[in-house]
Amino acid sequence: MAAATPTSFTDKVIVSDEVAEFSPAIIDEMKLHVAKYPPERSRSALIPLLMLVQRERGWIDNAGVNFLAKFLDLVVTDIWETATFYSMFNLRPVGRHHIQICKTLSCKIMGEPAITDHICSKLGIHPGETTADEKFTVTMVECLGSCGTAPMMQIGFDYHEDLTVEMVDRILDLCQ
Amino acid sequence: MRLLKLRNQGRGHEAMEIRAIGCEPLSLKRMHLKDGHTLKVYRETGGYESLKKALGMAPADIIEEVKKSALRGRGGAGFPTGMKWSFVPKDSPKQKYIVSNADESEPGSFKDRYLMERDPHSMIEGMIIAAYTLGSQTGYIYTRGEYNYLIDIMDAALAECRDAGILGKNIFGSEFSCNIHTHTGAGAYICGEETALLSSLEGYRGHPRLKPPFPAVEGLYAAPTIVNNVETFTSIPQIIEMGGLAWRDLGTEKSGGTKLWSVSGHVKKPGVYELPMGYADMEKFIFEDCGGMLRDDKKLKAVIPGGSSVYIMNAEQILGKNVTLDYEGLVAGGSSVGTGGMIVMDETVDVMESTKNLTEFYKHESCGWCTPCREGTDWLVKIFDRIASGGGRPEDAKLMLDICDNIEGKSFCPLGDAAAWPIQSAIKQFPDDFKKWLTDKTSSNGVMPNV
Repeated sequence: MAAATPTSFTDKVIVSDEVAEFSPAIIDEMKLHVAKYPPERSRSALIPLLMLVQRERGWIDNAGVNFLAKFLDLVVTDIWETATFYSMFNLRPVGRHHIQICKTLSCKIMGEPAITDHICSKLGIHPGETTADEKFTVTMVECLGSCGTAPMMQIGFDYHEDLTVEMVDRILDLCQ
Repeated sequence: MRLLKLRNQGRGHEAMEIRAIGCEPLSLKRMHLKDGHTLKVYRETGGYESLKKALGMAPADIIEEVKKSALRGRGGAGFPTGMKWSFVPKDSPKQKYIVSNADESEPGSFKDRYLMERDPHSMIEGMIIAAYTLGSQTGYIYTRGEYNYLIDIMDAALAECRDAGILGKNIFGSEFSCNIHTHTGAGAYICGEETALLSSLEGYRGHPRLKPPFPAVEGLYAAPTIVNNVETFTSIPQIIEMGGLAWRDLGTEKSGGTKLWSVSGHVKKPGVYELPMGYADMEKFIFEDCGGMLRDDKKLKAVIPGGSSVYIMNAEQILGKNVTLDYEGLVAGGSSVGTGGMIVMDETVDVMESTKNLTEFYKHESCGWCTPCREGTDWLVKIFDRIASGGGRPEDAKLMLDICDNIEGKSFCPLGDAAAWPIQSAIKQFPDDFKKWLTDKTSSNGVMPNV
């Protein structure tokens, strides 16, 4: 399934009435997204807005969902229904640098296992885990469209392609 | 939380080729131009002239040209584009929509990414021509969420168009008005399927919808909608410029024009190649154009020619067989074009393991809507896991084929078929790899340096 497993999701969600707050600049950015769709179809903006909430808050938390429910005039279950389907939505907090390593065929045969082993042993965590200082999370993901420059990883939204172990070291050193 | 900008600290694009072979670059025309993504360079190199020409044509004539071009959808299914467009009802009172499918997620395929990065205006021009042809005023570019940086590039390109009067009211002074917006997905392969894409564009889970009604009749917001791949839209201005027949004649009678191939895996020169349809032949392409095998002492073992969802081919099906690279040639050769995402594997790869990798992909990406696909892919992965941990049984090949048979043609959308085909073809073309695992419980080559 494209969604995170239910156990990891329900374990961590804290249900509360807290509503997230965003700056006027972010609200304006959200309104620009809503304006792309017909007025009665504002739900279309849900995925772009969830991406925005995640960009601002780091993950999709209960307060962010409560905000979107009010903003788009939906119920919270509508939002969780959509949010739990898509693999890019972090339903748990992640580290400041979210390292996503492509594990699909082209990367796999071009050296992904060595890259993954190196990153995980350097950070002392397994895929799916976050370092104790909350700096790094490592996630294994499916094809990111960088097969010709395999192996690759994405940190946040940044692509890093045609990787070697030495390049990985340099990139991780650049992560503050 | 803002993330640090670190983009491309790896070798990135320098590590691969982007070029046309056997034809003048059409879709790749601006790939190596400085600032090829800007409106200025696009117009200096003939951009938006096709749109001007199209605005002077009758919509029915444009559809006729696209039909004559024998352009088939470049997103994998290969459905004739002109025919798809002709399904849109002309007398519908509803708003109509044009959607560019930029949810490129097929393992092995990365061509659309470079089109959008370096030449976004070509796709936008194709979309505007399609909108004019079908009487639509609104278009969306549905981009996979991971391609976030491309959304910035396309937003900038769309803004340039609005400022220049190429989008908005009365385009080029005509009666026609149209606007196009970007939209982001959030990580779901299934949203490349056009009806799932529309569900996602409406803000729902990416579940496919029953067809019929087809999107051309009831698509986005239940209104007539055309969904085409990025490369398909990119081809439209070329067709209008050259005329449908001239464009078709670049390729073969049934497979018109040129096609982009994304080549990855064990070749010296991976990359995006533009080839005329009917390019002869696959062996020459791999061993000459793509530089041959990555490691000279390793022999070719397997090729997946069109992205993970097509039949895998063994070396005997390719070497000396003159397989032509077009829809008919690849079907005759035992596979299909798909998205043109060619994955080349040398003898270090064990095909049981590579098939396991792809099956894990389909299990992860199954939307869970229908039982055959959801349960079937899950069981297949469980069997593959057992085999890989040394618990293979001689009857497993038959068991897996049986499960595939219960998925193929029995699932709600083509994702189920796409999950079954790699396994069916792998067991058929590489029986020794499976036999070794199922009887000796080891991989075909003892050690697995890569997989």
